[in-house]
Amino acid sequence: MTRELPPDRPAVPVSEPVSVRVTFTRAWAKAIAGLSYLPVGVTEVRSQLAPLTDQLLAALLAEPFVAAAGHRVGERLVELHFTDTAALNVSIQLLGDLSAVLADEQPDTGDAATVTARLTALRCALAAGYADGLRDRTRAEQETISRAVLMARDHAEQALRSSEARFRAVFETSAIGIGIGDLNGRVTDANTALLDMLGCTLPELCGRSITDFVHPEDEASVRRAHRELLAGSSNDHVRLDRRFHGKHGEVLWTHLTLSLIRDDQGAPRYQVAMLEDDTERHQLQTRLRHQALHDPLTGLPNRALFLERLEAAFERAGSNARVGMCYLDLDGFKMINDSLGHHLGDQLLRAVGSRLDRCVSAPNRLVARIGGDEFVILVENTADTDEVIEVADRVLAALVAPIRISGHELSITGSIGVVERAIDATLPIELMRDADITLYWAKGEGKGRWALFDPDRTAREVARFTLSATMPAALERGEFRLDYQPLVRLADGVVVGVEALIRWHHPDLGTLAPGEFISLAEETGTIVPLGRWVLVEACRQAREWYDLVGERAPFVSVNLAVRQLGDPGLVDDVRRILSDARLAPQRLQLELTESAVMTHVEEALGTLQALARMGVRIAIDDFGTGYSNLAYLRRLPVHELKIAGSFVEGLRDDAPTDTTDDDLLNVTVPGETRRDPVDEQIVAALVSLAHTLRLTVTAEGVETSAQAYRLRALGCDHAQGWFYAKPAPADEVTHNITG
Amino acid sequence: MGRTLSVVEQPNWVPGDIDVQRPSVARVYDYYLGGSHNFEADRELARQIVEMAPDAIPIARANRAFLRRAVRFCVDAGIRQFLDIGSGIPTVGNVHDIAQQLDPDAKVVYVDIDPIAVAHSRAILEGNDNAAMIQADVRDPEAILRHDECRRLLDLDQPIAVLLVSIMHFIPDADDPAAIVTAFSDAVAPGSYLVFSQVTHQGPPDPRLDPAKELYARTASQLAVRSRESIEELLSGWRFVEPGLTHLSLWRPDSPDDVELGGKAFLAGVGRKG
Repeated sequence: MTRELPPDRPAVPVSEPVSVRVTFTRAWAKAIAGLSYLPVGVTEVRSQLAPLTDQLLAALLAEPFVAAAGHRVGERLVELHFTDTAALNVSIQLLGDLSAVLADEQPDTGDAATVTARLTALRCALAAGYADGLRDRTRAEQETISRAVLMARDHAEQALRSSEARFRAVFETSAIGIGIGDLNGRVTDANTALLDMLGCTLPELCGRSITDFVHPEDEASVRRAHRELLAGSSNDHVRLDRRFHGKHGEVLWTHLTLSLIRDDQGAPRYQVAMLEDDTERHQLQTRLRHQALHDPLTGLPNRALFLERLEAAFERAGSNARVGMCYLDLDGFKMINDSLGHHLGDQLLRAVGSRLDRCVSAPNRLVARIGGDEFVILVENTADTDEVIEVADRVLAALVAPIRISGHELSITGSIGVVERAIDATLPIELMRDADITLYWAKGEGKGRWALFDPDRTAREVARFTLSATMPAALERGEFRLDYQPLVRLADGVVVGVEALIRWHHPDLGTLAPGEFISLAEETGTIVPLGRWVLVEACRQAREWYDLVGERAPFVSVNLAVRQLGDPGLVDDVRRILSDARLAPQRLQLELTESAVMTHVEEALGTLQALARMGVRIAIDDFGTGYSNLAYLRRLPVHELKIAGSFVEGLRDDAPTDTTDDDLLNVTVPGETRRDPVDEQIVAALVSLAHTLRLTVTAEGVETSAQAYRLRALGCDHAQGWFYAKPAPADEVTHNITG
Repeated sequence: MGRTLSVVEQPNWVPGDIDVQRPSVARVYDYYLGGSHNFEADRELARQIVEMAPDAIPIARANRAFLRRAVRFCVDAGIRQFLDIGSGIPTVGNVHDIAQQLDPDAKVVYVDIDPIAVAHSRAILEGNDNAAMIQADVRDPEAILRHDECRRLLDLDQPIAVLLVSIMHFIPDADDPAAIVTAFSDAVAPGSYLVFSQVTHQGPPDPRLDPAKELYARTASQLAVRSRESIEELLSGWRFVEPGLTHLSLWRPDSPDDVELGGKAFLAGVGRKG
């Protein structure tokens, strides 16, 4: 703080009209203004200094002289904040000029020597006063600032304490258990919640590790996570869902968070474990999961759990692992349910479930109820198929003993589909499906047994199913055609009728004969639309021939399936079809198999009578192969019997077509090995029977001239077979009748 | 050249370090004015700065004198509420001294981030219901304006004077000083005043200030010297009363005798809103 005085200090002009005292004050103010801690303008400084000038002048003149006034002025300068010592320097120098002021105002003042001496004393006193003042002020200010530091520290510490108190309160009242540990994992502090959870006191917990309280099954994983945390290989927090030992030894499910706390330099300092009791939620979840995965009736795993286990078995399986499944369905359960009530049915299911559980359940076997009366058994890691068959046998055996429910002794059997195969070669869904399919084989084979899956059988069934499923579309696409086989009058060889025979021109499989798809069509019900189509097409064709050749045109004979016969709309259908085709009913013959007519004779009778009244011819096909009730046969409105080809076969031999009747009767000609006299007698008897009933007779399957010859000899009316013509498209028939 | 600002940001409920070994801008300023509210570390730094920039002491006094004149101007203009941000060690001649001398009902809120300056101020202001000291950071105008003491003493619907005297040169551009000024501008009523001063350089940056910057870096503050243009841009929302932004002693001196030709390292002025 060195401020040089102005080199030429202002002289006091003696002759100024302004008093020298004022001039002095001005000069003083100008010199020290700006050296104050409180920088004020020069004008203000002048008014501050004017009284000081007066005091100094008064002191100079006072008798007796006292230098203390100088001391007070010095102190006052400090009070006026002229704390820069340059202000003292300038002031002392300027005071030398005060004698000139004195001379101006009080010319009669004593001798110059006295004045100079007094002035020196005043200047010394002023310096001392200023020093005293500045020293006191400095001390005071130092004290003030030191006190401020202390206050700031107090304040800071107080804030720190309240901050700590706040944290402590958060720590203590937290619902989450918190433990603080050193780097060795030893607990140094823990809150009430943690102590409550673990059931110990703070002294008991301190020095131990949190991991000591982890459930044995989770201990290894917690220790591993802990090591990784300390190794710094992961981040500074690890979150886990782990079990702990609760205070009463119960299992405590928790969300566990382990954290590593570092100092400012990033070095690990301590660790914090936070434990949140999750037991209730976990129990609820477990209960809900159990409910979701178990059948409430039997307590067995349900379909969802079964599928989960099945999937898991496939995921876990090593190469070469095998798996087996039994698909069980109780036989006739519906009947029990319907006759004895659902309540009893439920009790039965429960009893069956518990028997299955007892006789099957094992670590690698799972019994589940997957719906209704269906149970399924998963057998994991099978050695071979026999192992699963053995399970199936045991299950069937377990069901043998009658089940006693509410006074009823219920005997129940089950059917089981068994599948066993390498896991590599299959999928869970395939296993389920195949076991289900196989179950129906077991049912079909007579129930109360198991069936083993057979891939070839499935392939065949799949093919059949595919065929039947595509039939309706094939009908719409016009893949079906009719071929016609002539029916020849044996007496003169004239074609009197044709049998319509359906063919399926399958785009992939080629032409299929009726034997390959009619039974399928009957099973699926497609036979009804298909049969109707055959009727429509055959009638249309018959009319076409009638239009071509009139009365010489052949009638059409159409095969009718059992289901068609049972169709209440059949009579109306036939009437409408005939009418649409403008065909006389006499030109339509409907062929029914003997068995079809005889097994449903009561239902069929009305339909046949209605058709017959309409004028439609009725023929019994394959006559002689089934059981006929002759009483019925007599009452039925039948016009014709068709003798099955198997009888006609016995009439074959190499006999010339133009042999005599005698030859025909010679039934013992050696070498004619294919001629069966019994067949011949049967045919004769059938012809005789038919004629007795006033029916005409047609022989089917005529392949040789000898057969034709003998049939004619036996009085048979009509014949049909390759000897005359193979079934052929309508064009060929048209060609023959017009040619 | 020294008022106070710490750049250490802390949540307001965690106390900072009270370290007298670290120089404080507030105490260096006190030392320049001839005060003894300082410690050896402060004086050591002050002496080094003076060696580098011999004008430091007269500039500190000129800045102090400007503050005094500006506050008086505001009182004359009818302002009775003052918000002095970065007030430092508030000994004699501070805003409440000046304003309350003219009107004892004048309200003054001081703001500083230095905990010692804050403690000191609180001791001084004890018993003065019309003045308060709050500890806050100028870079958080929201926290200042929302502070209980601010709300108790200042009615922002009436014009106030915001003092940003010798503080903005401690706010680097990275801290967006314009946004700070704007926040205060937006918060105050039309007719309010802004009392402003800060370090400047004329023309290219004065390399002589570089050592000073380094020295200030030892405190909790850094020095951001700005050109007149960037200062004007910073204060563009305010209409500056005559003589506009000028050097400290040229701003409305009491008498021609008070004008010093030194101290051109500062620009000072008083702006009015609306």
